[in-house]
Amino acid sequence: MNIIVCIKQVPETTEVRINPETNTLIREGVKSIINPFDVYAIEEGVRLKERFGGKVTIVTMGPPQADAALREAISLGADEGILVCDRAFAGSDTWATSYTLSGAIKKIGAFDLIICGKQASDGDTAQVGPGISTHLNIPQVTYVKKVEDASEKSMRVERLMEEGYEIIETPLPALLTVVKEINEPRLPSLKGMMKAKSAKIIIWGQKDLDLDVQNIGLCGSPTQVVKIFTPPQRSGGQMLSGEIPEIVEKLVSAIKDELH
Amino acid sequence: MDYLLTDEQKMVKELAHKIAEEKIRPVAAKHDISEEYPWEVIKVIAEAGLFGLFIPEEYGGMCVNVMNLCLATEELSRACGGIAVCYAASALGTFPIVLFGNDEQKKKYLPDLASGKKVAAFGITEPEAGSDASAIKTTAKKVGDHYILNGLKHFITNGGDAETYVVIAMTDKTRGARGASAFIVEKGTPGFTFGKKEDKFGIRASSTRELIFTDCKIPAANLLAKEGMGFIVTMRTFDMSRPGVAAQALGIAQGALELAVKYAKERQQFGKSISSFQGIQWMLADMATEIEAARGLVYSTARMVDAGIKDVAKESAMAKMYASDVAMKVTVDALQIFGGYGYMKDYPIEKYVRDAKITQIYEGTNQIQRSIIALALIREMAK
Repeated sequence: MNIIVCIKQVPETTEVRINPETNTLIREGVKSIINPFDVYAIEEGVRLKERFGGKVTIVTMGPPQADAALREAISLGADEGILVCDRAFAGSDTWATSYTLSGAIKKIGAFDLIICGKQASDGDTAQVGPGISTHLNIPQVTYVKKVEDASEKSMRVERLMEEGYEIIETPLPALLTVVKEINEPRLPSLKGMMKAKSAKIIIWGQKDLDLDVQNIGLCGSPTQVVKIFTPPQRSGGQMLSGEIPEIVEKLVSAIKDELH
Repeated sequence: MDYLLTDEQKMVKELAHKIAEEKIRPVAAKHDISEEYPWEVIKVIAEAGLFGLFIPEEYGGMCVNVMNLCLATEELSRACGGIAVCYAASALGTFPIVLFGNDEQKKKYLPDLASGKKVAAFGITEPEAGSDASAIKTTAKKVGDHYILNGLKHFITNGGDAETYVVIAMTDKTRGARGASAFIVEKGTPGFTFGKKEDKFGIRASSTRELIFTDCKIPAANLLAKEGMGFIVTMRTFDMSRPGVAAQALGIAQGALELAVKYAKERQQFGKSISSFQGIQWMLADMATEIEAARGLVYSTARMVDAGIKDVAKESAMAKMYASDVAMKVTVDALQIFGGYGYMKDYPIEKYVRDAKITQIYEGTNQIQRSIIALALIREMAK
């Protein structure tokens, strides 16, 4: 099974700070990690390879330092990494990102499955996975919590819902986005870490891919981030106390006063 | 401090550190109380490839490198000396086969030990033969194509949970120390049973049992090297594994120091954190410096062993003796820094004191280590 896993390098968000003057993320001194959901995607890809044979290729779009994320993925059992990197891709929103990634995937050639994490911990849109499948015109199943079975032509998965789960059978090739319930990611192995260290990361820029310049980078991004700010703290409010019937009366009369 | 580790050594340390923090620390207290063998952690250590650090590549391992083994053992011990010793003791039981096994023996036993599917143990100590290892009474009598083992080993780490045992037994009592031989014995061999599991003060996650041999028949093919090589096998094995015990002590000390510094920063008395009091600061400074000194001895010795330097007995003894004495001192001081809370089992530090103590005793007591050092010095002076 030829598996492609798309990952993103993100800041380790437990310590995120915003520069109060520019309202942008302070990235200096913040460690970069593989987006947590993508770690589950990598693990699932490696497990499927162990189960069905084949190969796991990791693809990421990012700045040169995203090389480290690809190497980490290789240490976790992936076979090779492709870095899609070019100044022209800077400022991409999810439309441009998923378009660019699908261009890279087209260049890779034949594949059976693409796996993405549910969402990125910095953007939180959960749009890139579905975007890729749309650009590539392949079926997508999101929030996958288990791969039940697969054959050459199809795959049966469990899809997590708010209450329970669906069982969905999809033809291949297809794209899955996965949730944390799907597996427990392994730690890297020593052999994996050594393989990762000496791995040759493939780097593709704009000139290597067949992309319509209208759809890439800042200019190709329909959504623009205008402002990032810390919302002002909500002030006080009014505490009502007393027995419940009393509170209800006070609340009703407060609402009436507000309306007038 | 920069230990000038190679990239490979840094990877080993980083990986062992990750395992320690993510997989060992959360379960250390549980295993200390239940004394249950930490198979789930062994599995993680195995999958990470750390059992390959003392097994050659052609038998499923990665390399035989004592420095790597020490780095891994030290990091694992930072989180729990008891769980770490399950790993280190498997190295102890595996080294005889790596060093003295023939190709068939290596092919038969090493792959499962490299994959962590099985763990090993080394059996020499007996009730009447501790420091005086040459006083062992277990016998191995050659009968046709087999040896029959009779006797009792005790205080064997991984005893009962290991599948592969290297046992030292007397094949010729008349030859004294040259009359001992080393054998590979598999768990489940008829006549090979285990005694009770010892209820220990520390390293309670590890299992310590008696090995009981009652007319235990093993194939002659399980003899390691030749008859009479038993103590040579033992000494060469200890040369490789002793730095590992020193590393375990080092890790325990380091783990205790880290907990003490963290606590000292958090604990407030007299309106400020106790880390701002000179008395505490000086204790921490002494602890940290002693650990670095111990680390210097351990790493130097490990590097010497890997460089193939044959005579490392003195240095190896120094490393083990000093690191374990430091571990005992540092853990007790760390508990002192925790004050009353340190005395309570709810807090993790008392376990470090209990785990440290054994490092001054096993793999040769620190008294024996001092004798080894002194004799080596005197011998050197006589030249």
